[in-house]
Amino acid sequence: MIDTNGKILIIGANSAIAKEVARNYAAKKWEIYLIGRNKHNLNSLADDLRVRGASKVSCSIIDLSVIDENIDAVVQAAFVELEDVDVVLVAHGSLPNQLACESDFYLTQNEFNVNALSVIAILHKVATLLEEKGHGTIAAITSVAGDRGRQSNYVYGSAKAMVSTYLQGLRGRLFSRNVHVTEIRPGFVDTPMTANIEKGPLWVGPEVVAKIIVHAISKKRHTVYAPFYWRIIMMIIKLIPDSVFKRTKF
Amino acid sequence: MKTHGWGRYPSTDAKIVEPNSISSLQEVINREMSNARGIARGAGRSYGDSALSKIILSTRYMDSFKSFDKYTGELHCSSGLSLLEILAVAVPCGWFVPVLPGTKFVTVGGAIASDVHGKNHHVAGCFSEFVSQFELLLASGEIVTCSRTENFNLFRATCGGQGLTGIIISAVLKLNKITSEYINQNTLVAQNLNEVFELFEENQGSTYSVAWLDCMAGNNSLGRSLLYLGEHSSRFSHSPPKKMSLNIPFSTPALLLSKFSMRLFNNVYYHYSKSGSSSTSKHYDKYFFPLDAIQNWNRLYGSQGFVQYQFVLPDEVAKEGITKILEIILKEGKGSFLSVLKKLGNSNENLLSFPMDGYTLTLDFKFEKSLIPILNRLDDIVVTLGGKIYLAKDARMSQHTFRKCYPNWEEFVALKNEIDPLNKFSSLQSSRIGI
Repeated sequence: MIDTNGKILIIGANSAIAKEVARNYAAKKWEIYLIGRNKHNLNSLADDLRVRGASKVSCSIIDLSVIDENIDAVVQAAFVELEDVDVVLVAHGSLPNQLACESDFYLTQNEFNVNALSVIAILHKVATLLEEKGHGTIAAITSVAGDRGRQSNYVYGSAKAMVSTYLQGLRGRLFSRNVHVTEIRPGFVDTPMTANIEKGPLWVGPEVVAKIIVHAISKKRHTVYAPFYWRIIMMIIKLIPDSVFKRTKF
Repeated sequence: MKTHGWGRYPSTDAKIVEPNSISSLQEVINREMSNARGIARGAGRSYGDSALSKIILSTRYMDSFKSFDKYTGELHCSSGLSLLEILAVAVPCGWFVPVLPGTKFVTVGGAIASDVHGKNHHVAGCFSEFVSQFELLLASGEIVTCSRTENFNLFRATCGGQGLTGIIISAVLKLNKITSEYINQNTLVAQNLNEVFELFEENQGSTYSVAWLDCMAGNNSLGRSLLYLGEHSSRFSHSPPKKMSLNIPFSTPALLLSKFSMRLFNNVYYHYSKSGSSSTSKHYDKYFFPLDAIQNWNRLYGSQGFVQYQFVLPDEVAKEGITKILEIILKEGKGSFLSVLKKLGNSNENLLSFPMDGYTLTLDFKFEKSLIPILNRLDDIVVTLGGKIYLAKDARMSQHTFRKCYPNWEEFVALKNEIDPLNKFSSLQSSRIGI
């Protein structure tokens, strides 16, 4: 793994976690290509990364709730610009309002588009391109919510579970082509999305998760819980029998 | 949600919003603040209630660099960027933040709003000295540029203005050139208050100077101190020091900081440091931010929190006033874990900035009900002697005390009425002290 002067493509670059990951790579003087929805925010992140040391920063705008040929084109353009990609990080997503989704299937479908199908559309294209090149790492952010469906957020959880399972298969497919797949499952992360939730001791800031991601990528880890204790927590949660679990409210 | 300042006292129920761009900040103000009051908050490092309100507008995610000129040292950034991050980028290029408070975790916006000072105040002045301009979002939604040549009345009201004039969006700072990231530290021992005052006067030419004071020592040792002087080293080195970090994961039983343990700590610290070598070279991080090595040290004071009391007294009455105050503390048995004494330089033209010619003493007190009347007595001494109490630390001073301390209050209120007639930007502190 190259630790300085590598090249990374980040999709969903304005998410709090992705922004912190980008800053880590900027400090290592990497070239960075950002893909996101908000042009203004993306440009200001690009300026920030340049000051922090990135050797070059480029941006491209896309709305990922719409799944069409645009996704292929944007990813393709990024690969052309970067010439040789070392890491692709897929980080975009949204936190659905579970109750609203329960009364409106259109909302549910939209959440699946953003959190699952668009991720897979990107992974599909990236996998093809990296397969041709014969090296590189794909890193994708899923969630501990995907480990078990809970009544309070199973729309989000099942979308993330879909991506998790897809990544597991993709990892096997790309192994023989020298392309590595890293999956990161964060637990509670203190981001703008969760500003008004009372934070307990299990919460960490996006910069903590970002450090874990950068480390996992450089060490070619497979599935990483962020922070590590979520692996144990989720193991216990998965062990609870359905007959008991269905009575829980969380 | 329940929230508090760094001192963990007082706490209040607030809605916290964390916009990540100017447009979302404006949207939040339109949506949330049509009939509610709010205040900006940076890193939440002011101690009392100056950043507490019904709505808290956090600039935590407005933390971007915009540009940095490595040849001139001019840095343009969003207000939520911390000094820690600026140092991380600037120091390897040979630039330094000219004014550093006791923690590197504060944001640029917070440093401006409290017009913070550092160990070099007597030679360098306040943080605002190195701010060439900033953008301010007013209650009207308008964004204005403030500098010494443009909207100067807003500039001098906002520097030190505790966020009451609007929200600082971004700022342009002028950094200083350094040759090394090391500070040569010289430690001088003072047996009592007289001696430390003499040492401060003798060492006015020193770039950095600050004294740790043992507020638990009485009688002939009253005010015994260790004076730390510092100069930028010329030794060139880019080796970062070993990172030592300790975290206090939850509020410890307040018992831990009992009178006994504080006396013990102060005693041991004084005698240990006294016997140590008097001249060393320290990495700037260790020199400026020793407390940052203990994350969440504010939890050491227990679940009730603490009040940090910082005042300044004019030169000619400082010794008299500080003696009186130390005697009261000793008599009441309200020890302070950490007490810091510093000689400040001239005041600036900002309306609500704290520093002025004289001596400032900072004391930490574990919060308990019996503390308030004692602090009120200290207020009286400070006010009678023509001193001031620092707004960034304050959690309880009265309107009367505030007006005595800050004679420019009328001008500030007049400007505030003009730019924010509905008093949209307001904090628990501003309501209490009537601005």
